[in-house]
Amino acid sequence: MSGQDYVEVQGLTVDFDGFKANSEVDVTFLQGRIHFLIGPNGAGKTTLVDALTGLVQGTGYARYGNKDLLSLKSHQISRAGVGRTFQTATVFEELTVLQNLDIAGGVHRRAWGMVRARKGIPAYVQEAMETVGLADLRDRPAGILAHGQKQWLEIGMLLVQDAKVMFLDETVAGMSHEEREETGELLRRIAPDRTIVVIEHDMEFVRKYADVVTVLHAGKVLAEGTVAEIQANPQVQEVYLGRSTEGATHE
Amino acid sequence: MSAAHADRTGTTSSLPALVRRRLGPAQPWGSLVGIGVLALLLLVVAPGVLDDFRLNNLGKYCCWAIVAVGIGLAWGRGGMLLMGQGVYFALGAYAMAMHLTLESAGPDGVPVFMILYDPLAPLPGFWEPFRSGAFTLIAIVVAPLLVAGVLGAAIFKRRVKGAYFAILSQALAVALAYLIGGTIKLTGGDTGLSDFKSFFGYDLADPVNRRMIYTIAAGVLIGCLLLVWQLYRSRFGELLVATRDAEERVRFLGYDPANIKLVAYVIAAVMASIAGALFVPIAGIISPKEIGAAASILLIAGVALGGRASLFGPALGALLLGYGRSTLSERYENGWIYVLALMFIVVTLLLPEGLTSLPRRAARLVTSRRSAA
Repeated sequence: MSGQDYVEVQGLTVDFDGFKANSEVDVTFLQGRIHFLIGPNGAGKTTLVDALTGLVQGTGYARYGNKDLLSLKSHQISRAGVGRTFQTATVFEELTVLQNLDIAGGVHRRAWGMVRARKGIPAYVQEAMETVGLADLRDRPAGILAHGQKQWLEIGMLLVQDAKVMFLDETVAGMSHEEREETGELLRRIAPDRTIVVIEHDMEFVRKYADVVTVLHAGKVLAEGTVAEIQANPQVQEVYLGRSTEGATHE
Repeated sequence: MSAAHADRTGTTSSLPALVRRRLGPAQPWGSLVGIGVLALLLLVVAPGVLDDFRLNNLGKYCCWAIVAVGIGLAWGRGGMLLMGQGVYFALGAYAMAMHLTLESAGPDGVPVFMILYDPLAPLPGFWEPFRSGAFTLIAIVVAPLLVAGVLGAAIFKRRVKGAYFAILSQALAVALAYLIGGTIKLTGGDTGLSDFKSFFGYDLADPVNRRMIYTIAAGVLIGCLLLVWQLYRSRFGELLVATRDAEERVRFLGYDPANIKLVAYVIAAVMASIAGALFVPIAGIISPKEIGAAASILLIAGVALGGRASLFGPALGALLLGYGRSTLSERYENGWIYVLALMFIVVTLLLPEGLTSLPRRAARLVTSRRSAA
């Protein structure tokens, strides 16, 4: 199932004034696999994604194709085909579903086109809208969408943007059981052409949809493998059993 | 609605949905009619019914309204609180005032106020090019373009925003007003520049010529509204609102928000400069009082009063403010500022979206009443 695309990370360290949110992280995300990042709060999952998308400064090696992700700015990383969502869904509340999706397609447009009004709906916008199941809510302001719909809209924006690598930060958190199922199926549908990395806490969701799982703990990679391998790993069990006492620190 | 059903929604759309798709999103043609009505009022009705003095005053309000349209774009849609548009107003105003002063002084002449201080004073070097009308007209557009371009790039790339941006812009206006006030031999200082005899060869004492200048100001205002109307319905307009509401998200869509804001900022600066240039022959004087902190805040106040994010709000607010200012100050000299302040407080508290949101609010009230009954 895997294609040739991948993101390679080696020795990635993020240092916040002496506190190492990530240290010496080695991980490779391959196209066609749904790759989950799990770990207790403060394990450095979001920081890892932040470093790979230019939000915080990291040192080490991180490449997508011929792009050095650690030296590019956020908007350049995004233009290189690496997209992300945030823990709290951030859509443009005052704009409609269609406008939100259309804006995401700006990367493919020339500057002069910006001055004109949209004429009709670009095919790729329509396609993304149908893929994430929001076609019926096209003219609805994004601000009044349900929580799950906002997350789908964000994924739709990544599709319009033609992000080949997608980092999804706790996308199913707060979703109902049905919404989770639909989100999982959506990820499966779009995964073959893309590299998808999901930060997640919900183990049931991870079990059901993960092709590969990387466990982070205290900023380092603790284990990597299939769900079964991870669950059988004694170190992982220890970290997760100790979670109630040392959890909920930073992040 | 569900993601799993997504594939079906494309083929089984209801009839209304199909019609909507065919027509695309609602086009704001209604706004175009509104601009037409305003053009009719300003360009046909007003010159017909107002005497020379009132029409000249209306010309001044039009200049403020042009600045306001730019502020509406940058602040209302772009979220940049421009508290110092006096700076760009001054660029255009002083460029024009220098040209008109030199025009009044005659070829090779030196402005009267300079001779008063030093009869042998040579004309300062930076005045010389403003003898040329063409240079002056170009400067009115290019100077704010350059200043706003460089300054805006520096500010937005460093991600200065919110209150810091507002303070910075206000400080610039204060500084410029002080600078001009303190360089009386070069700029006329606090007294300002006045006593212009002619405007590009047209005698300013002739009411016909003054009416022509009014028409230009009103026409430019309409032109600015048309430009902003197009921008608001364009993809750029959507992107600007998106940047205002979630700048970080825009960054992760592959845009540099600094560039988006810069475009709006520069357009607002050029509008303010053109307004300043038109203000000079209409008001007959330009002084630091017209560009400093108080003047800049009055410009913002008009925008807030009318409704900063709406198309017509800023212009109507500025026109109303100008009118109120003249009318009240005729009666109570200094009292008008209190009335204005009170009005500003009331509008901010009760109508945060400005006076132009009144009809919409009323309509909403009526429909909610009806559905309740």
